[in-house]
Amino acid sequence: MAYLELKNVSKAYGTGKDRVEVLKDINLTIEEGEFVAIVGFTGSGKTTLINLINGLEFPDEGEVLLQGKPITGPGPDRGVVFQNYSLLPWLTVAQNIKLAIDEVYPSASKNEKKEMIEKYVGMVHLSHAIDKLPSELSGGMRQRVSVARALAMNPKMLLMDEPLSALDALTRGTLQEEIVNIWGEDRKTCLLITNDVDEGIVMADRIIPLNPGPEATLGPNFKVDLARPRVIAEINKNDTYKHLRNEILEYLIAVGASRSSQKTTQYELPDLKPVMPGRIKWGLRKKKEKLEYF
Amino acid sequence: MKERILQLTGIQAFLAPWISVIKGEEVQKNVQALLKSYIYPLLSILLFIGIWHAGATYLFSKEATAKIEKARAERGDAGALEMQNCIISGDVSCQPNTLPSPAKVWDAYLSLLADHKIISAKKDAFDLKVAKTNEKRIAKGQDPITYTGRPSFVDQIKTSLKTVFAGFLLAAFIAIPIGIVIGLSTTLRTSFNWLIQILKPVSPVVWLLLVFMIVKTVMSDSDMDKSFMISFISVGLCSMWATLVNTSMGVSTVDKDFVNVAKVLKLSIGQNIFKVVLPSSLPMIFTGLRITLSVAWMVLIAIELLAQSPGLGSFVWEEFQNGASDSNAKIIVAMFVIGMIGFMLDRIMMVVQKMMSFNK
Repeated sequence: MAYLELKNVSKAYGTGKDRVEVLKDINLTIEEGEFVAIVGFTGSGKTTLINLINGLEFPDEGEVLLQGKPITGPGPDRGVVFQNYSLLPWLTVAQNIKLAIDEVYPSASKNEKKEMIEKYVGMVHLSHAIDKLPSELSGGMRQRVSVARALAMNPKMLLMDEPLSALDALTRGTLQEEIVNIWGEDRKTCLLITNDVDEGIVMADRIIPLNPGPEATLGPNFKVDLARPRVIAEINKNDTYKHLRNEILEYLIAVGASRSSQKTTQYELPDLKPVMPGRIKWGLRKKKEKLEYF
Repeated sequence: MKERILQLTGIQAFLAPWISVIKGEEVQKNVQALLKSYIYPLLSILLFIGIWHAGATYLFSKEATAKIEKARAERGDAGALEMQNCIISGDVSCQPNTLPSPAKVWDAYLSLLADHKIISAKKDAFDLKVAKTNEKRIAKGQDPITYTGRPSFVDQIKTSLKTVFAGFLLAAFIAIPIGIVIGLSTTLRTSFNWLIQILKPVSPVVWLLLVFMIVKTVMSDSDMDKSFMISFISVGLCSMWATLVNTSMGVSTVDKDFVNVAKVLKLSIGQNIFKVVLPSSLPMIFTGLRITLSVAWMVLIAIELLAQSPGLGSFVWEEFQNGASDSNAKIIVAMFVIGMIGFMLDRIMMVVQKMMSFNK
């Protein structure tokens, strides 16, 4: 039996005229221990899809089954890594993670909790920053804390909603490796949502493109048959990688083109006139500022 | 910590140009900054005093002319001359009663300070005199004898501050918990919204009368200070609305990301309130408290005036009723003191508010 199953799921926002069908007839199965990436354009309904799985939202039609049972709300069996980190800015790294541990292991003693916090912080290589506030951390470090918090719930499934899209390419590469390593340790089921095809290929077993919304549907499966560990510098030269990457990109571009040709919305440009700065100055005129290079 | 307080109060920015000029760093730029932050404000103060002085002189001469003309009509030229001499001599009995000049206000300020010194000396002497008797009375279980003479201006300020803090604390203790409860539930918010919207604009005077009706009955046989109770409760009720509205607003508009985190982590209600909702709404709560304190101070004067409870408000009213030659000047002194204390309270709250706001 599949671990997670989405059957004919549709989701719309708004009512009446403003009703927008975001997702339509989504069918998806994820096996236990599988790492699946969903790749799509921004605004194609990726976050809605992940919210349906983590239980923050519910489908209008169809059903979302977790181990054969419909999802009734968020639960500790699914850890979520949010796109914008969503750390509580008034709590330190340790306190942010403790929040998750408190909920999953309410009866653990103080020392046990402390050990667990240290374990998960160590897992994402942040032991030196355990008592810092999120505002004192860089973007990559914050996202690491967010990953540690999701892992601290010891979930059976890890949901990641564009976890690395706000990071620079270098940090992104190292974090991709780290996440895959952590995943490799106990092979949790993983669902990664991303807008970066390379990221999907490096991390996932299977890539599914999400056709752009409204009425977004899932595209065909692309299996990634590259041996792990995948190092981006090495697989760059790999022919299978190049082939797969081109295939997915071509598919996405084709879908994107067909979508945009259907669009008939015309944008009206606002009729603006520039306002020139003018101010009456009394007295002596100020000397004009000169740029001096030497 | 010390540096942070200096920075938050704006004292650092205020003193920075001086320090730089003394050290000789970027002299031209800092002299300009000095000019901007010291000389121009000083000039504006001088301008204000100048206009005030000119206005007061004009009003004085108008009132004086009217008096002389009246004397002329009643008693002829001799009477007019007598009145004119009387006004020039500065005799208290015939001074025109009008807006006092800045110099007179300054004199009144000095005389109020002198008065305070005399009264506190009297008080000390009294305390010394009754110290032994009081010891005996306390040993016997009786109330000690306290000084019941006229309070000085400084005493009035202290009483006013006491009342305003009592009212402020009352407002905070009522408004913050209710604000949190109302903010958490849309049902409660919609059901009590009408009450808040109707009561919010009610005038302090009406609140005072309402509190008077209730306190008079409730405390009919208690010997607590009734006028103090009435004034601080009314101050609290008048000023708590800003905190109430801000708290419920802050609690109900927690960032959606944080709400999602709380949901995904399945936080209990207590954890949710203390770890997520309250910290994220603290900046708004303190903004509300700042407004509350400034409203409380503003309203206090009017309420003291009406409730006959001691303080700056009743000082102003008594001086107005008194009608002595320097009464008007004393009222103006009180006006400036009230303004400056209000400014100081606002500054203190601003520092607290800035300390409470976290940066994301």
